[in-house]
Amino acid sequence: MTSDRIVGIDLGTTNSLVAFMQGEIPVVIPGEDGSNLVPSVVALDERDQIIVGNAARKYLIETPERSVYSIKRLMGRGVEDIQEELKFFPFRLAEDLEPGEVLRIKLGRQTFTPPEVSAFILRQLKRNAERFFNAPVTKAVITVPAYFNDAQRQATKDAGRIAGLEVLRLVNEPTAASLAYGLDKQQNGIIAVYDLGGGTFDISILRLHDGIFEVIATNGDTHLGGDDIDNLLITIALDDIRGDLGLDVSRNGEAVATIRKAVIEAKIALSSQPSTKLDIELPGGKRYLRETTREQFELLIQPIIDRTVAPCKQALRDARLKPEQIGEVVLVGGSTRIPKVRALVEEMFQRKPHTDLNPDEVVALGAAVQANILGGGSEATENMLLLDVTPLSLGIEVAGGVTDKIILRNSTIPASATQYYTTQIDGQANVAIHVLQGERELAKDCRSLARFDLKGIPPMTAGMPRIEVKFLIDANGILHVSAREQRSGKEAEIEVQPSYGLTDEQVESMILDSFDYAEEDFRRRQVIEARREAETIMAALEKGKKSPAWGQLASDEKKQIAKLEKALIQVKSEDDYAAIRKAIDALNQGTMRLAELMMDSAVSTALKGKTMDEADMGEGPEAPHPVAKAEFK
Amino acid sequence: MPGVTPGEATSTCWSCGDMRAAHFCSACGKVQPPVPVDYFTFFGFPRKLNVDASVLEREFYDLSRKLHPDLYARADSREQEWSLEQSSLLNDAYRTLRDPIKRTEYLLRLEGVELEEQSKTATEKARATGDVKKQVVPPDLLEEVFELNMQLEELRMQKKMGEDDPALIEELGKERLKLEERYEALFDELKGYWNEWDGLVDSGTEDARRQIRDKMLDLLNRRNYIRNLVRDVNEALDS
Repeated sequence: MTSDRIVGIDLGTTNSLVAFMQGEIPVVIPGEDGSNLVPSVVALDERDQIIVGNAARKYLIETPERSVYSIKRLMGRGVEDIQEELKFFPFRLAEDLEPGEVLRIKLGRQTFTPPEVSAFILRQLKRNAERFFNAPVTKAVITVPAYFNDAQRQATKDAGRIAGLEVLRLVNEPTAASLAYGLDKQQNGIIAVYDLGGGTFDISILRLHDGIFEVIATNGDTHLGGDDIDNLLITIALDDIRGDLGLDVSRNGEAVATIRKAVIEAKIALSSQPSTKLDIELPGGKRYLRETTREQFELLIQPIIDRTVAPCKQALRDARLKPEQIGEVVLVGGSTRIPKVRALVEEMFQRKPHTDLNPDEVVALGAAVQANILGGGSEATENMLLLDVTPLSLGIEVAGGVTDKIILRNSTIPASATQYYTTQIDGQANVAIHVLQGERELAKDCRSLARFDLKGIPPMTAGMPRIEVKFLIDANGILHVSAREQRSGKEAEIEVQPSYGLTDEQVESMILDSFDYAEEDFRRRQVIEARREAETIMAALEKGKKSPAWGQLASDEKKQIAKLEKALIQVKSEDDYAAIRKAIDALNQGTMRLAELMMDSAVSTALKGKTMDEADMGEGPEAPHPVAKAEFK
Repeated sequence: MPGVTPGEATSTCWSCGDMRAAHFCSACGKVQPPVPVDYFTFFGFPRKLNVDASVLEREFYDLSRKLHPDLYARADSREQEWSLEQSSLLNDAYRTLRDPIKRTEYLLRLEGVELEEQSKTATEKARATGDVKKQVVPPDLLEEVFELNMQLEELRMQKKMGEDDPALIEELGKERLKLEERYEALFDELKGYWNEWDGLVDSGTEDARRQIRDKMLDLLNRRNYIRNLVRDVNEALDS
């Protein structure tokens, strides 16, 4: 039971959350600091320990070279893809990166790949959940932007594995939001989910039909969000500072981080106030002061938020729907708090959007709903089934560098396509296949997913072999390829070179590396186990106190038990596993006679002609001895 | 995915030993390893072209509720794999059958008819490799196409020179409208063939069936041809 607990995780650009279904309602699990949101910030502290979340935020300003935020922007991408990001984000890449290698970024003197950094965040969420349940958590549903490509999805799955989580499903963020919305509303109809988060934008159009959530079309931009607004405001501030104060602080990490913090606060303030003041202290004691009105802000961000229009129109076209056919538009993501964004959505869909949901939490809540469905469902989710689509067409490169699309975008997943290949020359043993993702006609304009080499084709005359290659996109939106030579019936061997991803071997070795950090996890697990054991023995003792045997104890025996119990309660709330164990053992010893007396009285009651059942053998007599070891999978 | 009849698609369930349907056991409900069946058989439909969209949709939802991988998250890896394959087959089948043109093309292919590749990719591929693309101008369109291509060429020349001939643009706009109307009309014609075909499925002669197949093939080729013309006009006007 415990081992089957599956959590839902929203691994966001700016904030991450973990949630689960408590009975029939999805709830967010707060961290130790009581906050539902774990900022997606990772830092190395003075002792080279990994710090995540709120506690890591101060390092962004104090030691920017030892901290990182918005790592999601780098997931599944190559160095040539991220030149734009490098202009605006203080990502410090490792100097020794080889072309085609998975990115590594520097934290202090160490380097980490984006999936490893994401794994630190996931590990924190896992810990929060374990603390909440007081039991290990090993399975999760993780959300990804709907418009994430194969490499970005694969990278997210890798991050889960590195963090010690079995990722049962990747769910698209807007779709997850629709689950939370639908659980609440229980209504048939067509909805659109407009999801503008910290770093990504998605639009999904769904049909809700008797518990089936069928995505009809999806579109988006995996590099469009609140981050872009922040970067614009930072650029303007830096220009101002250069112009007004004659100061160039653009290379000063600390100053830029301070400006970033201030403009984000200003951005948030302008969602509820007509104007706000920036007041930033700069190195050398100068101050940057500026008042901004909401009107000015809206003018500035217009070009950014306008970029959401084209994906929305495309999604409507793909769904063959007109705006007025959409029953409701649901807003998701922190950036939809901006009044101008709401106005844009209202104009585009010609209706007031649905803003009742907490835009920061709804995706995680939906992930928890999907986790519940995968775990076998409950009364609330019994009838619910999600049918999602692949956001991008899958193609293969054919002669002349042209993309031949074999699975079109917005196809319901799982989806498959079969292609046949043959050889060009006599005795040819290998055939190369280049798999692409994207909508463009030419292979060079699409995203290269992987190159597959079919190997070990039996020697035959050119054109004779008939190799059947099956492409299958699974329910996570991840591609699988299998091949068979039809004339010989031989399974062809496929060697995959992911264009931008970690190989299985690399992930394995990262899992091993992560044991350095996992040592701490192991300790936590022991503490959790010991606490559970302590609770079991204390519950048994409570029962014992109510039994007739309790009255037969001498008063100093009772006093001794009370003392031992108090000692256990004391250490139970601390993190020292050995101390908890010791206190458990002591209490076990101290209650030995009580247990014996309870056993005796149970037997004698039985002799008085009562059945064993009526004598309430229950858990009483067998406890507190022996205490069963908590079982973990 | 040619020819396995519904009869061959049933056998015994791996789990309970009872008779099973193509995708899941009718007795114990367990998902079954996929067998190669055509899309019509998968849904238990005859190879007829008139398909009731609401019946198809209902079947799709019903089967989704039985085959989707979400339902097998806790099953063993073998059942998970079967559910993945079965539900991808279900989705592929539904996507093909619910679209009237794809459905017709699919049936023709099942019947052994080779369709002309007229997609844009095929055109570019042929252009890149220097192959001659198999594409026949429908005879009744010959004259019109000749005229239209002249106008398009003229428009492209003008655009290159930075000139603008409103009369020509208007003319092409009208031409486009005419083509679009024709395109629509072909679909109505196709529906007529569907009825003929469906009437022949159970009782017709092979000869009669071949005739209808040829008519449908010819119609689809003409339709694709017109679609490509409209696309060319659009490109010339928008560029």
